[in-house]
Order: sequence, then structure tokens, then C-alpha cells
Amino acid sequence: MSAAPKELRYAQAVSQALHDAMAADERVIVLGEDVAAAGGSFKATRGLLEAHGADRVRDTPISEASIVSAAVGAALTGLKPVVEIMFMDFITLAMDALVNQAAKARFMFGGQGSVPMVLRTPHGGGLSAGPQHSQCLEAWLAHVPGLKVVCPSNPQDAYSLLRAAIDDPDPVVFVEHKGLYARKGMVDTGERAAIGQARTVRPGRDVTLVSYGATVATCLQAAEQLAGEGVEAEVLDLRSIQPWDKAAVLASLARTHRMVVVHEAVRDFGVGAEIVATVMAEGFDELDAPVLRVAAPFMPAPFATSLEQGYAIHADAVLQAVRQTL
Amino acid sequence: MASQHASSSTAARADALLALWRTMTLVRQAELALVKLFADSEVPGFIHLSIGQEAISAGVASALLAQDTLATNHRGHGHVLARGMDLHGFFKEIMGRAGGLCQGRGGSMHVADLRLGILGANGIVGAGIPIALGSALAHSVRRTEGVAVAFFGDGAMAEGVLHETLNMAALWKMPLLMVCENNGWSEFSPTSRQFAAPLQALAAAFGLAYRKVDGNDALAVAEAAGAAALAARSGGGAQVLECITHRVRGHYEGDPQKYREAAELEGVSEHDPLRQARSALLAMGLEEAALQQEAAAIEQRIEAAVAAARADALPTFESALADVYTPGVQA
Ligand SMILES: Cc1ncc(C[n+]2csc(CCOP(=O)(O)OP(=O)(O)O)c2C)c(N)n1
Repeated sequence: MSAAPKELRYAQAVSQALHDAMAADERVIVLGEDVAAAGGSFKATRGLLEAHGADRVRDTPISEASIVSAAVGAALTGLKPVVEIMFMDFITLAMDALVNQAAKARFMFGGQGSVPMVLRTPHGGGLSAGPQHSQCLEAWLAHVPGLKVVCPSNPQDAYSLLRAAIDDPDPVVFVEHKGLYARKGMVDTGERAAIGQARTVRPGRDVTLVSYGATVATCLQAAEQLAGEGVEAEVLDLRSIQPWDKAAVLASLARTHRMVVVHEAVRDFGVGAEIVATVMAEGFDELDAPVLRVAAPFMPAPFATSLEQGYAIHADAVLQAVRQTL
Repeated sequence: MASQHASSSTAARADALLALWRTMTLVRQAELALVKLFADSEVPGFIHLSIGQEAISAGVASALLAQDTLATNHRGHGHVLARGMDLHGFFKEIMGRAGGLCQGRGGSMHVADLRLGILGANGIVGAGIPIALGSALAHSVRRTEGVAVAFFGDGAMAEGVLHETLNMAALWKMPLLMVCENNGWSEFSPTSRQFAAPLQALAAAFGLAYRKVDGNDALAVAEAAGAAALAARSGGGAQVLECITHRVRGHYEGDPQKYREAAELEGVSEHDPLRQARSALLAMGLEEAALQQEAAAIEQRIEAAVAAARADALPTFESALADVYTPGVQA
């Protein structure tokens, strides 16, 4: 039934996934600030209002706490809400809904039901959006039992993972990257992804680069350069942060015996720390060098272009870390 | 003719009040059983009792239909029991037993029964209000003709989500019934020191229908809730119902209430909704003995549920691990 693969931008892949999910299941509704008439701040919900009507595609007031809580109540009453929070920074206002309500309902109600909702939100820098519009807060959410967190790095995954997130019976936080919205790629709408499965983006034998989201491309850049120096880096795209594909990471380590974890979020107490600790505990015998992390410094994301450049993750930093492990 | 009509409506009132009295007695007896269980350390953690506020539970529940949903707060025993929660499952849950309604994972502050549309008591003040809004949204999108009820205390008036919900419910004309149980206290502080405006003014600010009722008068609550639920169900939009009542006991069971004046506590029993209902029923011609007999039967049901719960096993740790995520999906 699936159409031939077509080239879509990342943002278009998101709206295509929403559109197809809404067509496939009338329980799916979309809620958020400016998602209906305006088509979303990043245009990821464009066309949905026209196709599915104002009952199912709803502009909300600027009330993050209540929008996300309402999604929990709607999910417990038979709908599959997909909420957009305009910038990931604003989930701070909805933390009760996410952490105490959505994540806990299944468990604390004794498995009576679940909360099949998705919260879509963009993270990341690169647009000089400043300290309150650039944060990568996914580690906060990955720390909460009951939530799932995914983070696609390309249009195909944006499509397939969003379909999987909407199909998932549990609350899923779907983290997009502002800097990726315009990126183009081929999308096969028949392809499905499973939450929790990493993908080997580039095979290699000398070192494993583990990443997700926008820094996957940075790792590929570094891998290209390393190849010129005769070092074959394997690049692993986690795609899903909670649950994360431990098996794939350990299997890659068993091939390469060296590892660098790369993410845009600040390093301290981050996703990388979890991966490194697990690799130390379960892959220690495979290690020929300490596992290193390349991540943002422990500071708020700055505004000025020159400052943001210093804050961002560049291939150079990845190269440097790889050289340290060799 | 006129006197015949009057007597039949008196009979109808007597029937309605008797039904409310039964529900209130069930709630009261269940909580008195909890008082004893708590004192005997048979209830882990802490509990917040709604003794004295039963008329609101009974009155609002009487206005609900099968498809309706409700979200409640930390003082929610009455709301869920009046809605028909299974007594054995209720006590098992609060006593931390296997097979409790929430498998012993929620306890008093999280009792839920999704089959009855009970979307949970809540440990976060105000949190149930926007959840009920979302449930109302689902009723509206799914065209179930259901109403969602948000029970909250006067303390929750200061929480932002209440204000957000009032706005969204008004904008979207949601089938939402917002029931405030105003007992004058939020924890150890009088609400008069916590919130600057009356709820009526808030409702008016958002153009929402508002009713205020004596929350110790079960018939009055039932009538007001009935009218509000009907209005919400038939497209009238969100409704605010403020029930004025008293918190008879402490904030939590065992609270010595040093912060309260003796005089305030002394007057409380005169407002007791059960006492009021009982006098009214006797005045309507019901036999004292019949009421006593019914009360004894209710007490027996509760004793049986408590005894059964006490005999139940404790949940195994493994059973809890199984429900962090929905089993059977890729994880
Ligand atoms: C967000 C939040 N803040 C504080 C508390 C602690 N707390 C529990 S009940 C309560 C007072 C609630 O008062 P009210 O809503 O009037 O209900 P009542 O206890 O009077 O029934 C407080 C402050 C909490 N549970 N959640």
C-alpha cells in the first residue's frame, strides 16, 4: 500500500507521519500552540487542520502545564494525543504532567491502562536562539521511569519513529532538532521503526562513535576525515534514548574496542554518562582505552554566533577524542 | 390535587435523600474503618480523610452517568467510593495488598478505577484539574456525551493549572464539571491567607457558569450537581460548582491540629451532613430502626472487605517491575 519513497524535509516527514497516523486512526489528535491555523512554529503540522478538522487539530492557549496534562486525561479517556511544545525549554512548565502524571499513571494505577500520548518538541542550538530556546533536556526525561524518549537524526527516522511513537501505548517524548527541520532525505512511508533500536550509520573496525540527533552528522564528518587517516570509525545512531540499544552499543564495542560518545547536550550527568557507565560495567573486557565523551560544556547555551560556535559540537572535537583513544 | 402533588414530590425527595444517605454512610463507615486501621498501623504511609464532606461525594456522584469520568485529589476516598469503587479492591489498595485496585502501587493518594472512569486520586495539588479537562476533551472529540468531573480543594485555587484550565474549558466549551470542596483550609493554613479572590469571581472572569451550594446538604449538592452536569452534557460548557463544607479532622490522619481554634472544631458536628440527612429523613417519616438496620448492613460490608483485604497477600516486588511500561511492546 505504501507509496514510492519521496524526498522530504525533516519537518515535512514529521507532518507526513502525523497526517498518516491521523488518517489511520481517528483517536489521534494534535494539540499545541499555533499548530492548527499556523501549521506550527516550525511548520511541522502544516496541512493537518485542513485535512482533519478543528476538532482533531487544536490550537491551544499558552498553557504548557495544562496542555500536557490535558493530553494525559485525553489519553486515559480513549484518545491518542500528540502534543507539540514549541521549544524543549518549555517542558519545564509541563514537568508535573510528564513526570508525575504521564510517566506514573500506568504503574501507580496497577497496570489498569496506559497513557498513549506523544510530546513532540524541538531541542538544540545553531540558530542563535539563546539560553532559553536552545537546550537539550532529553537526559532529564530519560531519567524518569515510565517515559520513552526518541530523537531522530534524519527524515526517514522522523517519519518512522513518529509513527512508532504514536502507536506506542506509553508516553513518548519525541525530540526533534531545530537545525534538522530543513534537511532533506528520502522517506519511505511504508518503513517502520522500533523504539529502542539503534542503527549503524557507517560500519568501521577501529573505534565506535555513539551519537543521536544532529551530532550523528558531526560524527559522520569526523569518520570521513578519520578514514583519510586510515582509521575506520563505526558510527552508531541511537535513535532512541530511553530505552537505548545497549546490545547494539556493546556489539559495536566488541568489534572496535574503542568508543567515544557524542551529544549536543551538556556533558555533566548526561546521556553519555549513562552509556559510559554501562560500557564500563558490561563491556570492560572489550575496552582497549577509556570511553570518552564529547558534549557541550557545563554552561547555558549562549546567544552570540561566536559564543554558540564555541558551545557547539564540531567534528574537530570528535577527532581529538578519537585520537586520544587510539 | 395540589396536596397529592406535594406528597409525591416529598416522597421523591425522601427517596433521593435516602439514596444519598446510603452513599454517605458507606463513605463515612469506610473512613472510620480507615481511622482504626491507621491507628493500628495496618495502613502504610498517610491518609487524608473526608469525614464531614460526604455530602459532596454523594451529591456529585448521583449526577453522573456510566460514561462520565472523574479526576480527584489527595482527599478522594469519598469521591471514588460514591462512584462505586469496589470495597475490597479499595481496602486492599490502601492496605498495600496484592490485587488491590492499583496492585498496591498507588495507595490512598492514587486510587483509580479506569472501568468506572476514575482517572485517579492525585498527590499533586491541582493536577487532576487539567487531566479532567483532557478527559472532557476526549468526551467531546469522541462524542460520548460524557462529562468529566474535576474535584479539587480550595487550596488548589492558587495553582496555575486551575487558571489555565478555567480559560481552556471556557474557550472550548468543554463538558467539564469543576467541583471545589471549600473547607476553608489548605493543610495548616486558612485559605483566606492563601488566595485573594472568591472562586465565583474567577469563574465570572472566564464567563463560566457558577453555582454555590451548602456542601453539607446532600440534596442541595445533588440538585446543583445535577443541574450543572446536565448543562455541561448538553453543550452548556464548563460549570463551576463550589461546595462550602468543613474539614472535621486534621489535614492528614494523626494531625494534632494545634493551628485550629477549639471553637471552630466544636461547631463542626452541627454541620455534619449525615446528622442533617438523618434528621431530615426522620422528619420525612422514615423509621429510625430501618436506618439503623441499613447502617449496620453497610458496616458489615465494610468489615467483610477489611477482613478480606487483611487476609490477602502482599504484592511481590517483581509484579511492580512489570508495569513501568506496557508489557509486550518493544522496549
Ligand atoms: C503541588 C503540591 N504542593 C503542595 C502539596 C502539599 N499539600 C498536600 S494537600 C495540601 C493542601 C490542599 O488544600 P486543599 O486543596 O484545600 O484540600 P484539602 O486538604 O483542604 O481537602 C498541600 C499544600 C502537594 N501535595 N502538592
